[in-house]
Amino acid sequence: MTPVLSLNNLKAGYGQTEILHDLSIYVQPNEIVAIIGPNGAGKSTAMKSVLGLLNITEGTVELNGEDITNTPAAKVVQLGISYVPQTNNVFVNLTVQENLEMGAWTRPHGIPERLEEMFALFPDLREKRNQAAGSLSGGQRQMVAMAKALMVDAKILLLDEPTAGLSPKYRGEIFGTIQKIKATGVPILIVEQNAKQALGVSDRGYVLVDGANRFTGTGAELIADREIARMFLGGGH
Amino acid sequence: MWDAFGFEFINFYFIPGLVLGCIYALGAIGITLTFGILRFANFAHGEVMMSGAYLTWTVMAIITSVLGIAVHPLVAAVPAGLIVIWLFLLTDKYFYKPFRKADTIKVVMASFGMMLIIRSAVQVIWGPNQLTFVQGIAKPNTVLQSFSQSIDMLLLIPNKHLFIFTGTIVIVIALSYLLNRTRIGKAMRAVSDSPDLAHVTGIDVDQVIRATWIVGGACAMAAGVFLAMDIQMLETTMGFRMLLPMFAAAILGGIGKPYGAVFGGLVIGLAEELSAYPWIGDAPLISPGYKTGVAFAIMVIMLIVRPQGLFKGRSF
Repeated sequence: MTPVLSLNNLKAGYGQTEILHDLSIYVQPNEIVAIIGPNGAGKSTAMKSVLGLLNITEGTVELNGEDITNTPAAKVVQLGISYVPQTNNVFVNLTVQENLEMGAWTRPHGIPERLEEMFALFPDLREKRNQAAGSLSGGQRQMVAMAKALMVDAKILLLDEPTAGLSPKYRGEIFGTIQKIKATGVPILIVEQNAKQALGVSDRGYVLVDGANRFTGTGAELIADREIARMFLGGGH
Repeated sequence: MWDAFGFEFINFYFIPGLVLGCIYALGAIGITLTFGILRFANFAHGEVMMSGAYLTWTVMAIITSVLGIAVHPLVAAVPAGLIVIWLFLLTDKYFYKPFRKADTIKVVMASFGMMLIIRSAVQVIWGPNQLTFVQGIAKPNTVLQSFSQSIDMLLLIPNKHLFIFTGTIVIVIALSYLLNRTRIGKAMRAVSDSPDLAHVTGIDVDQVIRATWIVGGACAMAAGVFLAMDIQMLETTMGFRMLLPMFAAAILGGIGKPYGAVFGGLVIGLAEELSAYPWIGDAPLISPGYKTGVAFAIMVIMLIVRPQGLFKGRSF
């Protein structure tokens, strides 16, 4: 089966600095795939390379088998890759609903219907639809950011550390929402610090070290692996 | 109350202050939008006002010579405005666009150059001397005069000022509708909020930038024509003289905040005029020659005390 998204032997970086040395990742339809690893391993960089936000010097990025290497971000979004950055991911001066409307910029029609679907998926947002996104809590902002990204008919959703800085209660809620999004048929690629929880909801995971994938396996396999547990999941049990 | 200081205060200080405030407000809208969305201080903004007023004058002259009728400046301002906006879209495409990814200071200096280019072009085309924009003495509106007398007041407001008040209110309402109710207006606010996020959201940032030039240019155009209607003449430095108070207004209201710019413009306009009122004794509190100094003082104080402005704009 052709993967929805695949990164094939990527080398990429900012200017002269190469951060990804040999990275290969793929996401199949109806999969949640997690990228975990220590700080500075290139997790967020991997995601930004898909968006064309940095320069890929070798290797390819493919969407449904089509080469989209080094395509500019606005075009990538149009092609159906929705991206939620780690920080600064909502328009703080716009209301919740306006944020979602902006998310639908490249959607030709059916915006009111899609809004309703998003309010069904994120019920908390319905009553806050006319509030400025900047006035919401961190967890709610994350919900807005995800809903905004889903306003188009996304072929895949890219989430960069969606639970960073959130309370455990919201973390659980976000991971629950991610599973709900998957159930609507949108595959998800997620970069996470909270590795154990992320792998818990993921079908497969990649452990990134120094800009290359070191370990690959199903979420359960990676959690069970003693070496990975010791090195990356904390605790060492 | 009215007898003591009302007549003089209202007619000779407050109303002119409000008129000046409207002009500053409309100019400051463009400055604050450009600052918020394109992220640079546009020194050429005053010249947009000035060149718009000159073009309006020419359109009026052409209509008069062809049709033999006098036409109101606000009517002539519409075709003139379309030409100005078209010119500024071209300027963006061929002059500013190459600077889009450059350091802010380079774009600011470029806009300074553009200011000199426009002013020189106007001097070449229309000459360096003053031109008469509207002839004759502006008489107070008689309806308002007799109505105010019936309630023991005396308002001497010429029609040109009523046009300026009404025009400003209409433009601010239209702007508010645009920014809050239309797709492109919301996108303008989104880009002002975070250009990076707008980019990865898939918003067509170039389209938003063009819209910014159109909206800012149209407001500046209106401000320029209002100013020419008020002082009834044209000179090539009229836009430049507005630049400092307009920046003061934008900063007072908060950079990137269009309503802040309107509020800031009204405050600066009123402050400039009221500073010359004889609050103590018979002499003006501050000599009218120092009017611009009042705007400058407000700007400096704001930058020191509250650089984000009254409405929490961006601070650098």
